[in-house]
Amino acid sequence: MESFTPLTAALGGSLIGLAAAVLWLGNGRIAGISGIFGQLLPPAQTVVWRLVFLVALVAGAWASSKLFPALGVGGVEPAALVPPPATWGVPPPVWLIVAGLLIGFGTKIGNGCTSGHGVCGLARLSLRSLVAVLVFFGVAIITVTVTGIV
Amino acid sequence: MANLRPPYLATAALSGLLFGAGLYVSQMVDPLKVLRFLDFTAIPSGGWDPSLAFVIVPAILVMFIAVRIGRRRPAPLFDKEFHEPEYKRIDARLVGGAALFGVGWGMSGICPGPAIALIAFPPDGIWLFLAALVAGSYAGSLIVPSGHVKRLADAK
Repeated sequence: MESFTPLTAALGGSLIGLAAAVLWLGNGRIAGISGIFGQLLPPAQTVVWRLVFLVALVAGAWASSKLFPALGVGGVEPAALVPPPATWGVPPPVWLIVAGLLIGFGTKIGNGCTSGHGVCGLARLSLRSLVAVLVFFGVAIITVTVTGIV
Repeated sequence: MANLRPPYLATAALSGLLFGAGLYVSQMVDPLKVLRFLDFTAIPSGGWDPSLAFVIVPAILVMFIAVRIGRRRPAPLFDKEFHEPEYKRIDARLVGGAALFGVGWGMSGICPGPAIALIAFPPDGIWLFLAALVAGSYAGSLIVPSGHVKRLADAK
């Protein structure tokens, strides 16, 4: 387990939880990225705070990578997407497009992703979110097993 | 409008900054690290990376405390009400949507938060991925509407 990083994982996770706490207690909004992002598309009703949040999210990732570059990807290591499994013979752009479409569509009709259902929903003890989390983690684990992408 | 006042927008900005920093510090911006968590076949060989669990559990605990604090207050600091999700039922859309998301997440190791955070240090292919994410989300919005009133009506 050379790549296991429990301390920075827990520190980063606490920051994510704090981010969700600030948005909930300050503005009464769920920090679910797919929802904040997805409801920006037409016919969007509340655009400004969603844009402010997303721009700040990029800025937070950027600033922390400049302050603490040694943590790895995005700092000293360039970020990289993972290529499709070689044996499948799928061109990388096609793989990326299919994955992006599935994530965009799935999180929209399922009303949430890792942050909205995973962090906020479980913290709210939502049974609906628990079901979503079990399904998307289960299916993702099966997908990685079937594709052998790692 | 309440959601254009400076304290409201400053709160959104602070939350976004913390979220982005958390994604980088936890290294959830690394798709390979996420996939190494999802790869349970690596457990017997000792090559499994359990880091993602060490990210999500503290995140849930901190938010859990915030939810408890919120329950004792009539409203958040800068808005009239807590915006609880409109949808309550466990139905085919929830399960089907989560399953499709799971396939895409397992194919790429990227969920929506990291997808956007990666703009800070963009890897090859991220813009194509984001374009597909937008297109997929837009297609989904033809089924699940945006906006509180429409969503409430749809959730009935």
